[in-house]
Amino acid sequence: MAEKQLMKGNEVIGEAAIRAGCRYFFGYPITPQNDIPAYMARELPKYDGVFLQAESEVAASNMVYGAAGAGARVLTSSSSPGISLKAEGISYIAGAELPCVIVNIMRGGPGLGSIQPSQSDYFQATKGMAHGDFHLIVYAPSNVQELADLTFKAFNVADQYRTPVMVIGDGMLGQMMEPVEFMEPIDPDELPKKEWATDGAKGREKNVINSLALDPRDLEILNERLQDKYKEIKAQEVMYDEYKMEDAEMAVVAYGTSARIATKAIDMAREAGIKAGLFRPITLYPFPEQELAATTEKIEQYLTVEMSAGQMLEDVRLAVEGRRPIEFYGRMGGMVPETDAILNKLQEMRGE
Amino acid sequence: MMEKVASYPDSLTEKKFHYCPGCTHGIVHRLVAEIMDEMGIKEETIGVAPVGCSVLAYDYFDCDMHEASHGRAPAVATGIKRVHPDKMVFTYQGDGDLASIGTAEIVHAANRGENITTVFINNAIYGMTGGQMAPTTLEGQKTTTSPYGRNLKEAGNPIRMTEMLSVLDGPAFIARVSVHDPKHIRQAKKALRKAFRLQKEGKGFTMIEVLSTCPTNWGIKPQESLEWLEEYMMPVYPLDVYKDIEEVE
Repeated sequence: MAEKQLMKGNEVIGEAAIRAGCRYFFGYPITPQNDIPAYMARELPKYDGVFLQAESEVAASNMVYGAAGAGARVLTSSSSPGISLKAEGISYIAGAELPCVIVNIMRGGPGLGSIQPSQSDYFQATKGMAHGDFHLIVYAPSNVQELADLTFKAFNVADQYRTPVMVIGDGMLGQMMEPVEFMEPIDPDELPKKEWATDGAKGREKNVINSLALDPRDLEILNERLQDKYKEIKAQEVMYDEYKMEDAEMAVVAYGTSARIATKAIDMAREAGIKAGLFRPITLYPFPEQELAATTEKIEQYLTVEMSAGQMLEDVRLAVEGRRPIEFYGRMGGMVPETDAILNKLQEMRGE
Repeated sequence: MMEKVASYPDSLTEKKFHYCPGCTHGIVHRLVAEIMDEMGIKEETIGVAPVGCSVLAYDYFDCDMHEASHGRAPAVATGIKRVHPDKMVFTYQGDGDLASIGTAEIVHAANRGENITTVFINNAIYGMTGGQMAPTTLEGQKTTTSPYGRNLKEAGNPIRMTEMLSVLDGPAFIARVSVHDPKHIRQAKKALRKAFRLQKEGKGFTMIEVLSTCPTNWGIKPQESLEWLEEYMMPVYPLDVYKDIEEVE
């Protein structure tokens, strides 16, 4: 780790990617993630890397598909409507079992929506990105330091499992400036060679990057391999954080920006005599099901807070399995939950 | 010893083509493979297969291959070429792939002067999906989705991608050829070889449009389809070199 520097969230993503050995970025302008491509356009040439502004998000995700197949560490970033367009390429990348990192700096939807921060792409990121039975590993940082650490980690994990990984934030996190320390840079030339990549079949059998299997049994075998991979990812890659949960009687479940706001509300609740804590999933997929389920022994009531109509809420319900009551508080369309509103909700749940 | 005058190209696998009798995909595959043999580039070439009849091209070319999504082959090829600028990258695309769903990708790859070669098969119909109207389908041509013949007022006009792309500054070489007889096959090979050579020299985007047959979906015999190509397709899609960077240099 080097010394701390003050940086904007979006730029931190770019810097962390470069330090992770990423030398290729393909993207298309969309607010509120534009600082990421701008940073890559400025910095990648210094590393003999490639920044390419594609003609569309569809093209960008397919350029990522090509570059990932060619063996490179590659990044693309976008915001909600752009991720919908990238979904095509992402499905092929998952089907062809290629590593890459996708950043979604979420804004309000549906449709063109707004450019204000939102968390309404949770379903898309964790369950319904595109056609076919596949998942992304989804990291949800809640501060600038985590943006750096999780973006860096995303590249290693993507290579380890040969799977696309998403880092999901929102407009607030992307625009926020905080002190950050970066990991020591990785030299991409020193990464292990990807024997499966399309780099010219010199002295070896040809490699084919593909997600097509016309024989249904062959395609089922591919799917079984994917499901085995997700099983392994669920066993190994769950990340979550807890705040004041040791003696908590009620828990807020929130991620990303909502978790930051909830943290303040929990402090205020504690001052008001309510023993509240925070359970914060860091990986949205794999969701920390068992870890959240384990809290039901002590927690009497749950409050899920999201900048959406309640999407993660479904995973919270599945984990809690009806053992405890779960309430929801959310804002939509780019509106951000207020601390007081969360506090009021906690007090109301306590019958105060 | 007899002199060997012809052999199976080393750059094709021995896998049997799935193409229909009389389809000219096989001829074009062979031409591309012969050029790879002659240039000695099999071990440094990455091909990008499309969605369409040639979706399984990755089984036939004996080099590294990448299967793209529908229309996106030029974007996939861009990603590969940017990672390996010293390698040869080609896309092999049909008319539905390149001239309909993939128009944005081909236009911008061409406009960037992306140093790749595109082999564009124009047979005026969607083959793989069973004979639907393509953007290149001729006026009055009957297909499953233009059962009364293509009506220009409703369905627009046959699209000339080669002419469109040749007005851009990025491409180095763009030509339209045909493979309906031996003379034209030789000319097609010459154009393809030039396209690959220019890529090797780093001159930019090259594309060869190849007029091809689809007897199965045209609903005529293989021999008749060669005649149909010459009689009906060639007047709408004239054979020529439309852009040649070496002529202006």
